[in-house]
Amino acid sequence: MPLLEVEHIHTYYGHIHALKGVSLTVEKGEIVTLIGGNGAGKTTTLRTISGMLKPREGRVKLNDEDLGKFKANEIVYKGIAMVPEGRGVFARLTVKENLEMGAFSLKSREQLNRNMERIFSLFPRLRDRRSQIAGTLSGGEQQMLATGRALMASPNILLMDEPSMGLAPVLVELIFDTIQQINKEGVTILLVEQNALMALGIAHRGYVMQTGEIVLNDSAEKLRTNSMIQKAYLGME
Amino acid sequence: MDSPSSSPWKQPLQAGVIAGAVSVLLSLVGMVATFKDRFIISGVFSMGQVIFLAPILLMAYSLLRRTAPQSRQQVILSGLFTGLVGGVVLAALVVIGKNVDLQAMFVNSSPILHNILTFNQPLVPGLLILIAICMVMGVLASGIVLLPQRVATAIIQGVSWILLIGLMRDLIITVTSRWGPLAGLVRLFFANSGLKPLGAILLFALIAGLNYWRSGRPAPVVKPAQTKERPLIYYAKWIGLGVLLLLLPPILGIFFSDILDTVFMYILMGIGLNIVVGFAGLLDLGYVAFFAIGAYTMGVLTSPELNADPMTYWQALPFAMIACVVSGMILGLPVLKMRGDYLAIVTLGFGEIVRLLALSDWLRPWFGGSQGIQLIAQPTIGNFVLNTQQELYYLFLLGVGIVAFIAWRLRDSRMGRTWMALREDEDVAIAMGINHVATKLMAFATGALFSGIAGTIFAAKLQSVYPHSMNFLVSINVLSLIIIGGMGSIPGVFVGSLVLMGSPELLREFAEYRYLVYGALLVVMMLTRPEGLWPDARRRLELHEEELEKEAQELADAESAATETTK
Repeated sequence: MPLLEVEHIHTYYGHIHALKGVSLTVEKGEIVTLIGGNGAGKTTTLRTISGMLKPREGRVKLNDEDLGKFKANEIVYKGIAMVPEGRGVFARLTVKENLEMGAFSLKSREQLNRNMERIFSLFPRLRDRRSQIAGTLSGGEQQMLATGRALMASPNILLMDEPSMGLAPVLVELIFDTIQQINKEGVTILLVEQNALMALGIAHRGYVMQTGEIVLNDSAEKLRTNSMIQKAYLGME
Repeated sequence: MDSPSSSPWKQPLQAGVIAGAVSVLLSLVGMVATFKDRFIISGVFSMGQVIFLAPILLMAYSLLRRTAPQSRQQVILSGLFTGLVGGVVLAALVVIGKNVDLQAMFVNSSPILHNILTFNQPLVPGLLILIAICMVMGVLASGIVLLPQRVATAIIQGVSWILLIGLMRDLIITVTSRWGPLAGLVRLFFANSGLKPLGAILLFALIAGLNYWRSGRPAPVVKPAQTKERPLIYYAKWIGLGVLLLLLPPILGIFFSDILDTVFMYILMGIGLNIVVGFAGLLDLGYVAFFAIGAYTMGVLTSPELNADPMTYWQALPFAMIACVVSGMILGLPVLKMRGDYLAIVTLGFGEIVRLLALSDWLRPWFGGSQGIQLIAQPTIGNFVLNTQQELYYLFLLGVGIVAFIAWRLRDSRMGRTWMALREDEDVAIAMGINHVATKLMAFATGALFSGIAGTIFAAKLQSVYPHSMNFLVSINVLSLIIIGGMGSIPGVFVGSLVLMGSPELLREFAEYRYLVYGALLVVMMLTRPEGLWPDARRRLELHEEELEKEAQELADAESAATETTK
């Protein structure tokens, strides 16, 4: 039984039919990536999984439990955490306060402290800057903070929306190394990326989206060598 | 930027024209003439003169501060030239005013104004004096820039205090009149309006000297903030402040206690709105609605006019509080999905709806229509009725104390943090598991409650409520005082209320120009000190981002460099 199962979801923005029957599965312990161009519906898929958008048809299931009956703010209690597009750190709160907000869904203070310790060892830079206002961090540090904040909720699955956006290539590599490390520590990851080359480099499996539909799904390795993918997304002839 | 060498006169010319234009504007709206008899130094220097000379001094000063370090000569010349230009602009106003009839458009372009501007001299020598004095202002500004920091600060302090003391003459005389022999001593310094010249010189010497002496001492060693033990003086300060607050009404007398009541009433509302706008980031322009609901609930329940069996103040208070909390939620529900401008418009409408309902003939049997409600109960303690301004002050003080404490605790609580997260990014906050419905409703309800409490005391103080006291300007006043004090800052509310609500009452002549001054003050604040007079520590950090951003940029560069080398 897959950890996350998305079954034929149709999501609309008003009259716009944004997702036309998207289905995907994520097994426990995997890194699965969702790649595709602008406006393909990648972010919409993530927002539907996290409950911010409700699908008109289809279901999202976590551990075989239908998430349709939960509100957006209840989803995190089920074990799904989100690293939003554009990072979305709370600019006026300090780094430490941001992390504490990430643990909003936790019941115990001890676990909060334990998680924070873990995140500080994952991102030592955040420890140095813990009392700094988040809005004044550099782009790379903000991405670390957003990732750390999501991990504070001790999620089973982490949804990441374009973590490479707007970052220098060296920082992108750093972030992707961390994603792999987080995954090795047991967190399942669904990664949305435009940077297909990087994403397929670390993922186990991948889905390719085009105008609201999944057009291809295969292991990351096969996708990397697929000629259509190479042409459309990897810039190879 | 123009380099000073390419056109050394351009910037002073600009500054002079702007300063002159501001002075002309202040003259034409009538402020100069209104304040002509309000002397700072009796017979020598009036508030009217301050009003048209201050822009020139301030403009020259800010220009000289802004420009790169120049030679002594250049600074003095720039100051002089700024003053000259400003003076010429003002002189032009007089010349035009004397020859063309401006009064059709500008009522205040009268001989009275011209006499003030020419210092009661004939036209030509008067204009020369005016220009000369403006130039002196420019030179003064350059003097402040050139003098050593310590001397300059002492002089600025001295002048500001003289201005303040001169203006507050009536308050000081009233307060000290009961101090026996001391009253006579204080009286020696003052004339019928403002300070006596000799008194002013003495006071200036005293204040400037004291300041100079103090700034010369080594700065006290600041203890690190982590130490839990507070020095005794810390508590002594707070206790002293508490005792002073308790003693104020008998010291100040009825008239000034009344002003203090108004100030405290606005502090109550300000603390409430600060939760909604400052903490939770929900712009509420109809805040007066809750004030009205508090006041009207008190009125409806306690007035024998509308009620066969009227309640007492204390019996009605819980009902008024419940009414406010419920109405806060009623406003909150429909606007849950709205942000920014849309929210502001809807709340604005809500405020008007409440006022119009109170005014309507349809609801007249319950709310009294335009006649309002009279004979509202006053609070009692045992058999003692709190009915004078001085006694009601204690009720306001109690209310402010409780409300400020609650707001302060809320800010540092989990709820406070949640409000801030919601203000920063609603979607992300929801993804963290925050229930935005409950959180927003809580903010609206708390804000409404505090405002409603202010409303009940207001109703009890006047023993009547009318729909016309519930107008939109109350909301704007509260919002302005929060902005001026510092968004999200609790001490800022106190400062803002004192400045915006207190000072116009003390300077009666200002009342006419209240909103002009508000507007100007808000613009100047936004340009020069957007974090407010007493900002929240967090906000101060954020608004001085330029420096921090630069630092972050450097960090980022170092970061990429470091990552590069590890590769």
